[in-house]
Amino acid sequence: MDQKSYRRGSFQSSTSDEDMLEIAGASLDFTVADDDPPLDREMGGFSSYNGGGMNGTSTMMDFLEEPLPGVGTYEDFNTIDWVREKSRDRDRHREITSRSKESTWALIHSVSDAFSGWLLMLLIGLLAGSLAGLIDISAHWMTDLKEGVCLAGFWFNHEHCCWKSNTTFTDRDKCPEWMSWSQLILGHGEGAFAYILNYFMYVAWALLFSLLAVLLVKGFAPYACGSGIPEIKTILSGFIIRGYLGKWTLIIKTITLVLAVSSGLSLGKEGPLVHVACCCGNILCHLFTKYRKNEAKRREVLSAAAAAGVSVAFGAPIGGVLFSLEEVSYYFPLKTLWRSFFAALVAAFTLRSINPFGNSRLVLFYVEFHMPWHLLELIPFILLGIFGGLWGAFFIRSNIAWCRRRKSTKLGRYPVLEVLVVTALTAILAFPNEYTRMSTSELISELFNDCGILDSSQLCEYVNDFNSTKGDDLPDRAAGPGVYTAMWQLALALLMKVFITIFTFGMKVPSGLFIPSMAVGAIAGRLLGVAMEQLAFYHHDWAIFSGWCSQGADCITPGLYAMVGAAACLGGVTRMTVSLVVIMFELTGGLEYIVPLMAAAMTSKWVADAIGREGIYDAHIRLNGYPFLEAKEEFSHKTLSMDVMRPRRSDPPLTVITQDSMTVEDVETIVNETTYSGYPVVVSRESQRLVGFVLRRDLIISIENARKKQEGIVSTSIIYFTDHSPPLPPSSPSMLKLRSILDLSPFTVTDQTPMEIVVDIFRKLGLRQCLVTHNGKLLGIITKKDVLKHIAQLANQDPDSILFN
Amino acid sequence: CAFLFPQASRMFAQCLQRCVSSVVLMALLCCLLSPPAEASKSSEDIRCKCICPPYRNVSGHIYNRNVSQKDCTCLHVVQPMPVPGSDVEAYCLLCECRYEERSTTTIKVIIIIYLSVVGALLLYMAFLVLVDPLIRKPDAYSQPLHNEEENEDARSLAASPAVPGARPNTVLERVEGAQQRWKRQVQEQRKTVFDRHKMLS
Repeated sequence: MDQKSYRRGSFQSSTSDEDMLEIAGASLDFTVADDDPPLDREMGGFSSYNGGGMNGTSTMMDFLEEPLPGVGTYEDFNTIDWVREKSRDRDRHREITSRSKESTWALIHSVSDAFSGWLLMLLIGLLAGSLAGLIDISAHWMTDLKEGVCLAGFWFNHEHCCWKSNTTFTDRDKCPEWMSWSQLILGHGEGAFAYILNYFMYVAWALLFSLLAVLLVKGFAPYACGSGIPEIKTILSGFIIRGYLGKWTLIIKTITLVLAVSSGLSLGKEGPLVHVACCCGNILCHLFTKYRKNEAKRREVLSAAAAAGVSVAFGAPIGGVLFSLEEVSYYFPLKTLWRSFFAALVAAFTLRSINPFGNSRLVLFYVEFHMPWHLLELIPFILLGIFGGLWGAFFIRSNIAWCRRRKSTKLGRYPVLEVLVVTALTAILAFPNEYTRMSTSELISELFNDCGILDSSQLCEYVNDFNSTKGDDLPDRAAGPGVYTAMWQLALALLMKVFITIFTFGMKVPSGLFIPSMAVGAIAGRLLGVAMEQLAFYHHDWAIFSGWCSQGADCITPGLYAMVGAAACLGGVTRMTVSLVVIMFELTGGLEYIVPLMAAAMTSKWVADAIGREGIYDAHIRLNGYPFLEAKEEFSHKTLSMDVMRPRRSDPPLTVITQDSMTVEDVETIVNETTYSGYPVVVSRESQRLVGFVLRRDLIISIENARKKQEGIVSTSIIYFTDHSPPLPPSSPSMLKLRSILDLSPFTVTDQTPMEIVVDIFRKLGLRQCLVTHNGKLLGIITKKDVLKHIAQLANQDPDSILFN
Repeated sequence: CAFLFPQASRMFAQCLQRCVSSVVLMALLCCLLSPPAEASKSSEDIRCKCICPPYRNVSGHIYNRNVSQKDCTCLHVVQPMPVPGSDVEAYCLLCECRYEERSTTTIKVIIIIYLSVVGALLLYMAFLVLVDPLIRKPDAYSQPLHNEEENEDARSLAASPAVPGARPNTVLERVEGAQQRWKRQVQEQRKTVFDRHKMLS
């Protein structure tokens, strides 16, 4: 048996991008493609298939008993067949239920099968929570490592180092155990030389961390870079990317995420945490047969894992579930809703028990204020929404332009250098400004915080009039000099963050963009809030303020403006709606603020949608050419299926297999000469009446196996897909029955079906291909890639940008 | 019944493999979760922090004491009291006292785990880059694996040291095979992401 003809590398698609139905060439070498260790892996090691103890002559029973290893699995960079997976799961479930009545062992098996989903969710929650705790604690420590080291134990970060000692009210950061680098090296912390030394150490540590991060990513797991959410969206819609959710990607992503965040780059860890949680989900799926073998069930688990990831990132279980529903998942059955919630809750509980922030809070910027807001404040909130929308659209356009440049020009050939240059730029620009030197999470936490009498930071340096202080209630106050300094420093920080994030998101280190967007919004919101506050203080008599903001009343809360600004900017970039509002109010605990948050989120979404239709993740999906069929867009053109189907008029006729008149050699020739992923089976070439559809991979595996294991199969053996073998003279070689790999119910549409309906069918059922008939006879085929190209063409985009199948 | 045995033995072998990996995973989870569980409340790890703002002519101050949660009030922690007896109540109303807990064991364990993993990965990378080529020099088949410009299809598959059909029997050979497979996988991923820019922009 000539194995070499079937041994093609799995990435041959680079040569045949123009070919409509091409896929990565078939490769029987599972060792290269797969990431998990399934059954017998060696080439030619098919000894462990069904009936190993039986005689090879009973050919009929073999194929009916159990499918061959490899039949029903998918190639890398292919789409799964949702219909087939779901029906397989239903068959399996039916079999287990019917067997459960036979013996106690089978009953236990059926009960454990039903229970396995919940056990899997529990494990995913535990693992995701533990990893998130590890990431939080390590990131905190390493961020502070850029500034100094703790003498009481090098593993303590700044806050924990000064935990035991008494700090002063005004200078809460200084304590004898924490030494900055200049203090350690020079012996004192004051003076120009100490400042320069601190500056230098900061930049040096930042460069070291980012260099380590990019080297680890490049060396061990190149799939660990970027945010991960666009690729996870594509995977959840049915695409297969082997290795993207594997062990090495998990380890490297966890480790390098900490390094990237600690190096002071303008990125966050929420998107990568979703990727980490999905990796956990994928790895733990291998413990349960039900999820290991079925790709559709596995994607249900991945949806739940994504919810757990957002839950630990923000401390928002409900927000996590809604994020998974709205942004990440493609199909979200109701059963997944309850399980996602369970996984998110377990993950949040695990993180809380590890207690990374020392105060039983899940997120660094958990604020709890309950100041009322006035209806007139909706105007500035809507202004913030407009700002968020504008910034979101601007960011998406510029980031995509920069990423496109990275893909196509020489910039993309120096990833390590690019990371180092951006880190150096960020560190050099960030150190002088106090608000960019601190980590972005701390900045957001400070901006969300409402100034009270207990605060002594620069931002809260208001002019205090002690005589009018009645207990705990603060009146509105004039801004002191500290506030003015903070304002222009924050404005500079805003400018820097707006521009540097464009170049940071998409680099070859794990990078998220929730935190940078929230930071931009929070700074803008705080600036507006302080401006409003001072306006109200100095102009009580104006008509707009006189009604509700009398002298001495604390009516405007800049912290709330910061929150609303953060929500607006995040909504403008990601176009989240419900999940954003729920995450924000789970972060703050303030149900009173739902209306301002909703107003800002809606305004920013409307403004951003008016400028550009796609959110950042959809834009990245389109940039990379993933075969993602957008579920939310309407298809509004009047084309028919015969305009889209293949073969076109100028193409050679459709390659079909007849049901009982082709030999093994004929089929092998067809498979070798074409690169289609499947072939329709017809009754005969003259009648072209449809019997079913057979996949290329299944054909190859079955024929290979038959040549080895079955007696009498030679090149001139007839292959038949019918129930009973066709009548042939007794001297002919024994025939090969392949009915078991034939899909007897392929989806068909007529050639006059409008494309609207066809696109709807593809979306709702998750099809890979659909056959087109005319007057009952097979005419052509439409694949998912054809549909995507057609949509792209009609939207005046480049149809050749759809790269994968 | 007779035909169940080969299947059963195969399933047992897979089950064993999976069980081993799941046991390792459970051990890792327990390792991560046990530090907080076993951390008893040593005096190092609890504190009551009271922040008192400036009041009349008394400047603001922060007080730290390790008392239990029920004793975490202004009267127990703020000592010596800076204001005379009549003003104590008014002063304490302004102060905010919070009980905080942490686990130094958790922090220490996690940081040490993290640093050791990073160190191990760096050592492994150094080994792969520096030592491995020297060991493999006599084996001419593995050279193409390191050369990324080569056409990966024919060479890498033909050059794989695992001869099809011959099962790697010893543990060392199996580890070798797994490592070669993994290296090829990483190389493919690197090509897709870094060279051809097909994924992840």
